[in-house]
Amino acid sequence: MVTTSVLLVFGLSLSAALLLAAASRIFAVREDPRVQDVEAILPGANCGGCGYPGCAAAAAAVVAGEAPPEVCVAGGMDIAASVARVMGLAVAYREPRVASLICSGGDRARQMFAYEGLRDCRAEAMLYGGEKTCGLGCLGMGSCVRACPFGAVSLGEGGLPIVNKALCRSCGKCAEVCPTGAIRITSFSASLLHVNKLDECLAPCMQKCPVQLDVRTFIQQVKGGDYRGALLTLKNRNPLPATVGRVCPHPCEDICRRKLVDEGVAINTLERFVADWEMHSGQRVPIHCGPDTGIKIAIVGGGPSGLACAYFLRRLGHHPVIFESRAEAGGLLRYAIPEFRLPRHVLDWEVQGILDLGVELKTYMTLGREFGLADLEAQDFKAVYLATGAWKTPPLNIPGGDARKLMGGVEFLTGIGSQWSSLRDQCVVIIGDTNTALDCARATARMGARRTVVLSPHIQRKMAANKEEIERAKEIGAEVLFQTLPVSIVSGSSGQTNVWYQACRYEDEAKAGGAILPLPGTDGLVENVDLIIAATDRRPDLSAFQARSGLADLALNPKGVLTCDELTMQTNLPHVFAGGEVRRGRSIVMEAVADGRRAARSIHLFVTTGAVPRPQEPQLKVIPESILKDMRVKYSIPRVVAPEIPVDVRRQNFTMEVRRGIPERDGVKEASRCLRCGLTCFDAEAGFEFAGDRDVKPHAGPRKENGNA
Amino acid sequence: MDYFLLVISAVFINNIVLVQYLGTCPFLGTSKSTDVALGMGGAVIFVIGMSVALTWPIQKAILEPFGLGYLQTIVFILVIASLVQFVEMFLKKLLPPLYRALGLYLPLITTNCAVLGSAILVQKNGYGLAKSVVFGLATGVGFTLALVIISSIRERFDISPIPQVFRGVPIALITAGLMSLAFLAFKGMAS
Repeated sequence: MVTTSVLLVFGLSLSAALLLAAASRIFAVREDPRVQDVEAILPGANCGGCGYPGCAAAAAAVVAGEAPPEVCVAGGMDIAASVARVMGLAVAYREPRVASLICSGGDRARQMFAYEGLRDCRAEAMLYGGEKTCGLGCLGMGSCVRACPFGAVSLGEGGLPIVNKALCRSCGKCAEVCPTGAIRITSFSASLLHVNKLDECLAPCMQKCPVQLDVRTFIQQVKGGDYRGALLTLKNRNPLPATVGRVCPHPCEDICRRKLVDEGVAINTLERFVADWEMHSGQRVPIHCGPDTGIKIAIVGGGPSGLACAYFLRRLGHHPVIFESRAEAGGLLRYAIPEFRLPRHVLDWEVQGILDLGVELKTYMTLGREFGLADLEAQDFKAVYLATGAWKTPPLNIPGGDARKLMGGVEFLTGIGSQWSSLRDQCVVIIGDTNTALDCARATARMGARRTVVLSPHIQRKMAANKEEIERAKEIGAEVLFQTLPVSIVSGSSGQTNVWYQACRYEDEAKAGGAILPLPGTDGLVENVDLIIAATDRRPDLSAFQARSGLADLALNPKGVLTCDELTMQTNLPHVFAGGEVRRGRSIVMEAVADGRRAARSIHLFVTTGAVPRPQEPQLKVIPESILKDMRVKYSIPRVVAPEIPVDVRRQNFTMEVRRGIPERDGVKEASRCLRCGLTCFDAEAGFEFAGDRDVKPHAGPRKENGNA
Repeated sequence: MDYFLLVISAVFINNIVLVQYLGTCPFLGTSKSTDVALGMGGAVIFVIGMSVALTWPIQKAILEPFGLGYLQTIVFILVIASLVQFVEMFLKKLLPPLYRALGLYLPLITTNCAVLGSAILVQKNGYGLAKSVVFGLATGVGFTLALVIISSIRERFDISPIPQVFRGVPIALITAGLMSLAFLAFKGMAS
């Protein structure tokens, strides 16, 4: 009995063993032993942050060469280095990523209904997308808090989650469970180069700003006294805050939601306040730059666009070299904006700040004369950014348009101080409605001109110049003749020159739009003119982009303007990018900076990945949903007014800045006017800290909207 | 009709997990998500069917003629374990897609009591070979059914307000108990 059973079991076992042994031979699958080695190194948390269904799958992908050794997001550089050792590969620097919340609404968001159910965002989202009216806001039920395997997310005050960036391993679990997409994973370089998307929480000012400044955050930081943080927020989008804070026509303030209540927040003044705080402290706030990549990039033109591009590329760790044809960097900011608007020492401070990060500047280097594209390629520059600007004044197509006393606006402003300093008892006629024209008018008045006449084809509201510019020019005594066109410049034999002009009207007078039509028979005359300045427009000078510079293949559109992609700045030559005024013609500083940043994004992607994808769903126009018709706010606080020096002092001092900074308390108070708007939500009680001030009044606004906002 | 009743009985009335309390380990272990539950269920159906088909002839041809019925358990375990190992190798080589779908779960079933249990039950009930295989497959379907039900319940637990102490296994055990009670209601519909 025992023998039989032992024999049977033994026999069965033996045959099974033989079978399996044979099977293991026959059905052997060759498997790379490194898969197991790599898997052993990986943390084994199976968090899925890498995009593979677990550590085993990630290990297999690494061995198969489908994933880089730094695949593990939770492991960090040590694990990446160990994996790379097994694989015999070099480990590439992988930027740490971190979860961040885009929503700023929280409890103040308007609700469609009161949700009472499972305390979970996903459950709430099943009901009409959640209780909040805003489709992309945080629902605040804390699903991300529970989802985080590393305990990095907690629910803070105001019903918004807070990410502890030190604990976050960027596995993406929180973003995965979030039903509205309010929490996202991002990295330093991605946030630096981020282009606003349609599905983000953008206040109107942030949508309108060309460089997509995070206005909401920086103003809140000013309000909290964190000027350092505010400066860093500004510098994540704009490397020239002190300059832009002085010369920007601030479209953001015109769209500010507070205009429904009283006046827009003085965003531009606050930007200058923060930038001046740093400048007056005498010490630079350190700017974080990524680890060196050693990639050289050539930037042609040291104006705001070239400086911005160089600044962002440097922060990403690349090595930009600016080739500037003039003596100093700054472009039109230096050579066309007079000192009473933008003092040189401010510009010097900002340019130096960018150069100090490690940007190289080569002056007196003109494209097509000192160097060409072939030279740059020979010197191992991986990409080129063309930002040569628009300096040329188009010719006036009127009789006498070639008069000796005629000069271009930029030319005149550049020569102040070096070629002419006095216009005592002279009569100057300035043609055009641009900022350059008004700058010329303000300059000539200071230089002692007897009479300054500005011929603007537009009414004041429609002029291309900043509103303040026109006011300042009128204050100092320039005669601005609206709706006038020059007809002819007549130079007499006695050396006397007269300028004839004619009134004009709009095709559609009611809307002040359409073509501008001259009105015959309304001729006027400015007699005895000593200087005529043409500042109708500025055009890019493309004469340098020729065979000699190696750029003859660059595509131009029939109008002779450089063509490149609107969003990526890439030209038809894949490694050549172009932006700023050379691409768009006369524009504002912020547009030049915006182009510089977009070009930096494209160049970064081009030199690191070889391809330049266009941004997905970029926000290009104002999102209609974010424009409120009506709003209820508790306090009405008067807008801060920046002090200005008196008009007679202005006449005496060419270099003294007209507009001054604001004191600290005014800055904080102005910041408290900000409603911290989201896409649809806002703080109805903004400014309560100053409710005791005499000039702060309760606002009895329209009560048509009775939300809980 | 016979087979119909057999299937109904194996799936619902005598559900291997909820009525016979076999295979509770994978029932709790692999029921956190429906995807996993489906994979595990597929693997169990496959393995029970195979092992019943293999153990039936062993019982009839070896154990019974030699009067070694008392070795049933140990021999079945041996056979099933070898079978699963063999199947795993076989699939890995010849049917990689199926291996990727089931491979992860096969080692888990090697010595699973649901598999062993159904192999023994077949002998106890004295089914013929065809009937045994059908019974085995139906048992696997019953297991899958129970697993999918509890996994879809447990998925909802993720977003439910459960007291901290009950989170995880405790609430799963309570759920399993309630499900078992519900399945007991089938008792008496057929033998």
